[in-house]
Amino acid sequence: MIGFQLTRRARPSRAMQWLSPILAVALTLVVGLAVFAALGQAPARAFHAFFIEPVSDANGIAELLLKASPLCLIALGLAIGYRANVWNIGAEGQMYIGGAFATGLAITFQHDIGMALLPLMIIAGAIGGMAWAALTAFCRAQLKADEILVSLMLTYVANLVVKYLVYGPWQDPQANNFPLTVSFEDNALFPLLASLGWSWFDGTRLNLSIFLTLAAIPLAWFFVQRTFMGFKLEVGGLAPGAARYAGFSARGTVWVAMLIGGAAAGLAGVTEVAGPLGQLNDRWTPGYGFTAIIVAALGRLNPLGIPLAALLMALLYLGGEAAQITLQLPKAISLVFQGLLLMFLLGCEVLINFRVKRVARPAPAAAKT
Amino acid sequence: MKRWKAGLAGAIFAAGAAAVTAVGAADPLKVAFVYVGPVGDGGWTFAHDLGRKALEKNLDGKVKATFVENVPEGADAERVIRDLATKGNQLIFTTSFGYMDATLKVAKSFPKTEFYHATGFKSASNVTIYNSRMYEPAYLSGIIAGNVSKSGVLGFVASFPIPEVVRNIDAFTMGARSVNPKITTKVVWVNTWYDPSKERQAAEALIGQGADVLLQNTDSSAVLQTAQDKGVHAFGWDSDMSAYAPKAHLASNVEVWGGYYTRAVQAALDGKPLHDNVWGGIKEGMNDLVAVSPELPEAVRKAVAAKKAEIAAGKFAVFSGPIKGNDGTVKVAAGKALTDKEIDSINWYAEGVEGQLPK
Amino acid sequence: MSGSLTPLVASALAAAVPLVLAALGELVTERAGVLNLGLEGMMLMGAVASFMAAAHGGGLGAGVLAGIGAGAAGALVFAVLTLSLQASQVATGLSLTIFGTGLSAFLGRDYVGSRARATFDDLPVPGLSDIPGIGPLFSLNAVGYFALVAIVAIAWFLYRTRLGLVVRTVGESPTVARSLGMRVARVRYGATLFGGAMAGLAGSYYALAQFKMWQEGLTSGNGWIALALVVFSTWRPVRVAVGALLFGGVTAMGLYLQTIGIQVSTFLLASLPYLATIVVLIATSANEQARRRNAPAALGKPFFDGD
Repeated sequence: MIGFQLTRRARPSRAMQWLSPILAVALTLVVGLAVFAALGQAPARAFHAFFIEPVSDANGIAELLLKASPLCLIALGLAIGYRANVWNIGAEGQMYIGGAFATGLAITFQHDIGMALLPLMIIAGAIGGMAWAALTAFCRAQLKADEILVSLMLTYVANLVVKYLVYGPWQDPQANNFPLTVSFEDNALFPLLASLGWSWFDGTRLNLSIFLTLAAIPLAWFFVQRTFMGFKLEVGGLAPGAARYAGFSARGTVWVAMLIGGAAAGLAGVTEVAGPLGQLNDRWTPGYGFTAIIVAALGRLNPLGIPLAALLMALLYLGGEAAQITLQLPKAISLVFQGLLLMFLLGCEVLINFRVKRVARPAPAAAKT
Repeated sequence: MKRWKAGLAGAIFAAGAAAVTAVGAADPLKVAFVYVGPVGDGGWTFAHDLGRKALEKNLDGKVKATFVENVPEGADAERVIRDLATKGNQLIFTTSFGYMDATLKVAKSFPKTEFYHATGFKSASNVTIYNSRMYEPAYLSGIIAGNVSKSGVLGFVASFPIPEVVRNIDAFTMGARSVNPKITTKVVWVNTWYDPSKERQAAEALIGQGADVLLQNTDSSAVLQTAQDKGVHAFGWDSDMSAYAPKAHLASNVEVWGGYYTRAVQAALDGKPLHDNVWGGIKEGMNDLVAVSPELPEAVRKAVAAKKAEIAAGKFAVFSGPIKGNDGTVKVAAGKALTDKEIDSINWYAEGVEGQLPK
Repeated sequence: MSGSLTPLVASALAAAVPLVLAALGELVTERAGVLNLGLEGMMLMGAVASFMAAAHGGGLGAGVLAGIGAGAAGALVFAVLTLSLQASQVATGLSLTIFGTGLSAFLGRDYVGSRARATFDDLPVPGLSDIPGIGPLFSLNAVGYFALVAIVAIAWFLYRTRLGLVVRTVGESPTVARSLGMRVARVRYGATLFGGAMAGLAGSYYALAQFKMWQEGLTSGNGWIALALVVFSTWRPVRVAVGALLFGGVTAMGLYLQTIGIQVSTFLLASLPYLATIVVLIATSANEQARRRNAPAALGKPFFDGD
């Protein structure tokens, strides 16, 4: 073997919880240095473009929050499910359907209902996401079909459902047969923070929906740490035998976990269509539902770690764009960089839970296998 | 003033004047391109990037053209476009339909920047639309197909039921029927712009139903590849695809953006930026049928070249009557031609196309 | 319809081969308890590596080896992170996908626009390949025949060999395996590398057989379908083949229906493969025991040898 030995720490190292991400970033910088130098780019400029530039002005910070917000929201919902060993992979599809529900409400009623429309859309979005997640929950809880496969397959179906709607019944008659709905009126849009008098956000796209996410963080924490249902889900995930013994319904767990994830994804869907997009088209979510899975894992399924992870992922995306614009770095390289950073982060986490020692030890005498 | 002070003042003045004129003369115009796919897609974005490279070559030193690739058409687009405008790009070309509203939104905040949006239909005082008439080379491809097809059945692998695609199907079929009035076209919708696996299976389905010449408006060469594997013929789309499948390849339908981009930037350099919406085809040099296969009979190549010349001279419009729809009704009367607006929102199949438009 | 059956079957088979390869590899990996979500990234790396090797004159042999090597290399990175450094398998796999997608796109930039220099040609079995209906089964290329063999070989390996039993034990309960003297980490490394190699081979198939070209994102999400197929198959090799055929076949069917003018929404037709997969899964799950699913019990859970 390689001559390193890991011993599990009695308690996760507090110091390492802060140091390991720093070490990961440092390692990525070192490798990135080599990569950028090989590409003929000044590494300092490249890192500046990646990490500093995107957040160097109010607009940048607003965009960072705008991008991190749906990632955080969905990840919070998914993490609750993952802790309960319910693997909802279909957040993308639930987001589509949630956005579609909200759109249906908007384009049908936006001229009839006034200010009440947006709250109704928010509720509709959550219901839409939950409805789509319910299909998976049903298949898993009642029919024992694996939720990973069902939720993933349903994501593709959700995409097609939305395409059907915008190419068909919901298509804007003025749109020259292009797949768009009518643009939403003001009462169907989340108000911009700038328009509410928060002048620091003037000129940015940050809107009221950020508060949905901000509210979701303590709610998720509270649910996981303090409610009985949260406890049941947790036990169901950690020790299913004990959960059954205690009478916690396994089916109930699946339903609750899927519905929470679906609601979160559906809400995120509303914040997109009623936010920066202002309408429904056939290609509007750049994989948020899947990125949120990484965010949940990176945030260690913790309602306090997830917002940080979401900010990091959002920064990586924005940095990749900035690197393209400022340095003409190919998009592929920014993906490489993202992947590297993520893998270093994950690798360095070992230091939190384990002590690493160099040992000189002979290969252990192998029992016949 | 003491001599040396005068000298110093003079030197400073001269240096300052030189600096000012140097800045004024040498600062290249910053322009930017927003791409929906990767430049390596060998298709739509690849063609735009060829145009950008041509622009840089034609106006060497006077322009600095950068690009951002793989920009999703949702909320991210607005951010990228805005970023480019903030960074001082004077002309921004957004090369996909899905950037339409984002372009308009950003244009409002940057009245001094010129925006050019491809394949859209909304314009503004500083947002100009441009598009190419892919249906013209598609018609020419139809002529070739009409001559080559032995089964009398053509196949079209189509992405989405939008006017741009429908008119290509129609033009292809009409071109083929001008040679063989009995030819029909089967259409398969794959509901994606790029998915080689799906495109391949669509081509296999069409070939299985007897199609022996295929055309597609999706972004990979999978259809062409499949055609070669199965011993039938096909065309390239968006770029010269002859290298992929030399035996099956008949010709490639391409957009040529370099000329337009050069014109647009030159106009801006001259202080008179282009504001007229442009929908150019073969005549304006914005479309072409290239790499016509040398295996084709001389007569066919002559016929295609002749038709191309007619289009280039403005003597032949693809959508000039009489044209019947595949439901039997007359869509364009004899002596009349569809207006650009009608072509832009076309929603019927021409006679010879099998089936109905999905709706 | 019988005249149309053969092209349908051929289309389904061609689509199924790479799915089977990647899914079989992942199946072995998961049987050992390791969940590798980096399949798409490894397939893309395999595709670009094999295309590049062939482009530089290495021929099919070098192409296939390069593809397998690239896939295995990606899996090695994954294995080090998850098996030695105890990182989260889900997050690491997804990161590897991002990394592999980006790296393949970057390396392949100069290779877009040309035909594969070495390609796999179909090797029809004389006589058998002309049987209407199942003829295409005997008209595959070398990799396709390998896939058929692999299904049987892996099933035999898992259920009839000692090492296969070791793999399954490690996946069901690593602590029991350890106490029996099995080297859990070593077995898992092997299973993971095997999975990566198969994914790389699937990638080579796309680059040198199916599409004979390289383009960014060539596998267009089929890695995720392969992952789903492993679940669908309830971790049994023969069912992987059934699932892949089902998926490819229903897709081909939907497209075929369009060509004969059936007036059904193309979006609905496009969703049929996914719905069909769900329906079949439900049907097969209903007959199972009350066990949660047939997943290896320790799937996705890190195992630390010092605990």
